[in-house]
Amino acid sequence: MLGGGMIVAVSLLYLGLLFAVAWWGDKRADAGRSIIASPTIYALSMAVYCTTWTFYGSVGRAAVSGIGFLPIYLGPTLVMALAWFLLLKMIRTAKANRITSIADFISSRYGKSHLLGGLVTIIAVIGIVPYIALQLKAVSGSVTLLLGYPEIVMPNRSATLPVAADISFWIALILAAFTIVFGTRHLDATERHEGMVAAIALESMVKLVAFLAVGVFVTWGMYDGLADIARRAGEAEGLRRLMAAVPSGQGFTGWFSLTLLAGLAILFLPRQFQVAVVENVNEEHLRRAAWLFPLYLFLINLFVLPIALGGLLHFAGQGVDADTFVLTLPMAERQEWLTLLVFIGGLSAATGMVIVETIALSTMVCNDLAMPLLLRMKRLALDASEDLSGLLLGIRRGAIVLILLLGYLYFRLAGEAYALVAIGLISFSAVAQFAPAMIGGMYWRGGTREGALAGLSAGFLVWAYTLLLPSFAKSGWLPDDFLTQGLFGTELLRPQQLFGLGGLDEISHCLFWSMFANIGCYVAVSLLRAPSAAEASQATLFVDALRHGRPAGAALWRGRAEIADLLALVGRFLGPQRAQAAFAEYARRHGAADPESLEADAELVHYAESLLAGAIGSASARVMVASVAKEEPLSLTEVMNILDEASQLRTYSRALERKSAELTAATRELKAANERLQELDRLKDDFMSSVTHELRTPLTSIRAFSEILRDDPRIALADRTRFLGLIVSETERLTRLVNQTLDMAKIESGHADWHASEIDLKALIEQSVAATSQLFREKGARIELDLPDGLPRIRADRDRLIQVMLNLLSNAVKFLPAGHGRVRVALRPCADGLEVSVADNGPGIRGEDQQVIFEKFRQVGDALTDKPAGTGLGLPISRRIVEHFGGRLWVESAPGEGATFRFFLPLAPPGGEEAARETATP
Amino acid sequence: MHRRMRTGERLVAAFLGGCVLFNYPLLSLFDRAASVFGVPLLYAYVFVAWGGLIALMAWFIERRGE
Repeated sequence: MLGGGMIVAVSLLYLGLLFAVAWWGDKRADAGRSIIASPTIYALSMAVYCTTWTFYGSVGRAAVSGIGFLPIYLGPTLVMALAWFLLLKMIRTAKANRITSIADFISSRYGKSHLLGGLVTIIAVIGIVPYIALQLKAVSGSVTLLLGYPEIVMPNRSATLPVAADISFWIALILAAFTIVFGTRHLDATERHEGMVAAIALESMVKLVAFLAVGVFVTWGMYDGLADIARRAGEAEGLRRLMAAVPSGQGFTGWFSLTLLAGLAILFLPRQFQVAVVENVNEEHLRRAAWLFPLYLFLINLFVLPIALGGLLHFAGQGVDADTFVLTLPMAERQEWLTLLVFIGGLSAATGMVIVETIALSTMVCNDLAMPLLLRMKRLALDASEDLSGLLLGIRRGAIVLILLLGYLYFRLAGEAYALVAIGLISFSAVAQFAPAMIGGMYWRGGTREGALAGLSAGFLVWAYTLLLPSFAKSGWLPDDFLTQGLFGTELLRPQQLFGLGGLDEISHCLFWSMFANIGCYVAVSLLRAPSAAEASQATLFVDALRHGRPAGAALWRGRAEIADLLALVGRFLGPQRAQAAFAEYARRHGAADPESLEADAELVHYAESLLAGAIGSASARVMVASVAKEEPLSLTEVMNILDEASQLRTYSRALERKSAELTAATRELKAANERLQELDRLKDDFMSSVTHELRTPLTSIRAFSEILRDDPRIALADRTRFLGLIVSETERLTRLVNQTLDMAKIESGHADWHASEIDLKALIEQSVAATSQLFREKGARIELDLPDGLPRIRADRDRLIQVMLNLLSNAVKFLPAGHGRVRVALRPCADGLEVSVADNGPGIRGEDQQVIFEKFRQVGDALTDKPAGTGLGLPISRRIVEHFGGRLWVESAPGEGATFRFFLPLAPPGGEEAARETATP
Repeated sequence: MHRRMRTGERLVAAFLGGCVLFNYPLLSLFDRAASVFGVPLLYAYVFVAWGGLIALMAWFIERRGE
C-alpha cells in the first residue's frame, strides 16, 4: 500500500489539513475569538523546538552516546524555570516596543541601529542554514526510505544526483511554497500569525503522538517492556556502555556545554523567539507553559533510549543508520499504518520548524536587511504616494525561498558528513552568540552599540572558524589539511584545537572560544565609552521592562509632526485601509471623533512609529518617522532626567528637603519677629506708662497750686506770685515733655525732618555754651572751652546738634556741685571725624547705670541732689540724633570722679567734603 | 504580590537545584552498571529527577490560585 503516490497524497492531505487549521485560526482571530488563547496551545507552539532532530536524530544520538541526547532537553527545562523572569521580560519589552524579531530586539536595544540589526540577521541566517538542511535531510531521507518499502534501503550517500532529480530540492521548494502561503499572505503590524500558531500546536500534538506510538510499539510490541530491552542490551557486547557511562566520548564538559547551548537556544533561536515572544497572546500563559513545555520534552524523550537499543538489537550488523530507527523499526515489522503515522510525525516536526524559522528569518531579512538598504535609496523615501506593503511581502517571500535554497545548498555540500544532531548543534552554537548582547542588554545598562557589534562579530567569526568551516572541510568541500595543519599550516590555528586547546569535543571547544571572544569584546568595547542618549533611553526601556510606572517611549520624543503625513507614511507600509483603521482605533481610545481631529503629539508619533516598527523593524521605523516629523533631539542629560526614576525621586526629595529647610527658617524668622513684636508691644506699654507717669507729676503740682489759689482768696500776693510762677514752670515742663515725646516718636518712626547743612562745630559749641551760660552762672560753675581752630566742617542738622549740646550741658549743670562746679568742653579731631566731650566734676555715674541713662524715662536718682528736673528723654533723643548722622554718643565715668559725655561725628562723605571746600574757599 | 514573589523565588530554587541534579558530580554517582526494576540506573535517575523537577515546578506554579 505504501507507494510513491500514497506518500505524496498523504503528505499533501496533511499539509492541506494544516492549512485549513491555519485558515480557520486566522478567521477566528479576525473575528476576535482567538483559538490559541490558552496556555496549553502556547506550550504546544513552543514545542516547535522539537524538530526532526528530536524526532529522528535523538535516537541516532542515543545509539552512539547513551543518554547523551538528553542535555538538549534538560537545558530548556532548567531555563523554563526562569521563564517567569527572562521570557516575561522579553515579552513585555517586545510588546511595549513592537519588536517582531530577535534582530529587531538587539538593534532596538542598542539605540535602533541598522548595522546591528543587519549583523544579527546575517548571523541568524547563516547560523540557521545548517538547521534547515537538517530538516531537509531528515524528510528526504524518510521519503527515500518509504519509497523503498518494504525493503529497507539506506539512501545512497555517494551518488550525487542532478538537482532536478534530487528529492530534497523539491521538498525544499514545496516547503517554501507552503510557508509563503502560510505566513506571508498579508502584512500585519504586530507580525502575529494566529493561524500558523494553531497549526504548529496541532503539529506538536501529531509528532508527540507518533513518537509515543512508536515507543510503545517498540517497547511492548517488539520487546517485553523496558526491562527486557535493557536486559538484552546488557548481554550484547558494545551496548552495555550506552546504558551506563554518561555521555560517552564527550565527558561531563560536553554534557554541560550541550545543556548550556540548549538553554540559550530555547531563548534565542529565531523560531523560539517568534512563538514564545512575538506570538504570545497573554503573558499569563507563560506560567503554565513553564511546566507544560518541559513536560512535553519529557514525554517525547521517554522512549528514545528503548527505541535506540531496540533498533541496535534488531538491526545488528545490517548497516541501518540509527537516525532512521524511528521509521525503519515499524517498517521492518510491516506496520504500514504506524509507518505512515511516523512519517507524518516526522513531516510535522520538519514543516513546523521550517515554517516558523523561515517566517522569523524572512521578517528579519526584510526589516533589518532589505529595508535599511531600500531606505538608502532616496527615490523610495521621497515618493510618498507609493504603497509599499506589496513590496515588503515580496521581499519576505523572496527571503523564504532564498533561505530554503541555502539550506538545500548546505545539505548538498556538507549534510552527508554529519548525523542530524551534529548539524543541529552547529546552529545552536551560532544562535548562542546572541546571548551576551541579549542578556547583557536586558540586565546591564552599560552595553553600547559598538560593544554589541564587536561581541557579535567576534563570536560569529570564531564560530564560523571553529565549527562551520570544519563542517565543510569534513565533507571534503574544503581541503582537509585545513583541519589537521591549521590555517596557512600554522598548528596553533587548527580550527578544532585553537591555540592548542585540546581535550574538548568540538562543540565545547567552539562554545568556549566563541563565548570568550564574544563576551570579552562585548564588555571591553562597551566599557570604552559611556552610552549615548539613544542607547541610554533604550537601555532603560529594556532593563526596566518589568518595573511599574516606567516612562513610556513617548516620553522620550520631542518634536512636531502633521497627522496627515503620519497617516500617509503608515499607509505606505501597511496599506491605506489598515493605517486608517489603526488611526481610527487610536482616536477612539483617546475620545476623538476621527483621526483628523487628533493632535500629532509625542504619543501619536510614538504610536505611528510602533505600527511601522511591526512592519519594517524599529530602526527603519525610526528613520521613516524622522522623515516626516521634526524631531528635536534630546541630550543625554535630558534623557537621563526623564528616565532615571531614581534621580527623579532624588530631585523630589532634595526639593522637599530644601522646602522643609526654608519652612524651618521661615518659622524661626516668624518666631523671632513675633518675639520682637511682643517686645515692642511691651516697650510701648512701658513707654505709655512712663509718659503718663511723667505727665501726671507736673499736672498734679499745677492742679494743687491752682486749687490753693482758687480755694484760699486770702493768700498773700508774694505767695500767689510764687505759686503762679511754679504753675508756669510746671506747665513749661509739661510742654517740654510733650514736645520731646513727640520728637522722640518722630525720630523713632523715621518721620522727623532733618535739614543737613555744612556746620562749623566750633561755632556751634560756642553758641550752645553762650545759651546755657546763665545756668552756669546761677550754679556758680565755671566752664572751660578747648576748641581748636581750622577743623573741617561736618554735614549735619544744625538745630538738632544744638539740641544735643544744650542737653549735654544742661545735664552737666544739673549734677554739678554747688559753688565749685567745673565743666570742660573739648573738640578734638580724630581718625575720620570729630569728637566732642563734655566733662563735669559731678558725682559720676556708676558702671551699671551708664547704659540705663540712655533709655527712655530712666533717670538715675542721685542722693546729693533733688529729683532731677529733666524729662528722661534728653539723652535718648541726643543719642538718636548723633546716630542719625553716623556717629556715636557714650559716657565715661566712675563714681566720685565726674562724668564725661562724648560724641563722635564722622566727616561728611567725599562729595560733601568737596562741597564743603567749595563753599569755604571763596 | 507576595505569593508571586514566593513563586518566583521557588522557581529560581528549582532552577538551581536542577543545575546541580543534572551535572557533575551528582550525575557521576549514578554512572554505574546497576539497574532499578531492570531499568539502567543512570537512565532511571535522570528521568525520575527530571520528572520530579517538572512536578515541582508545576506545583509551585499551580498552587497559587488555591
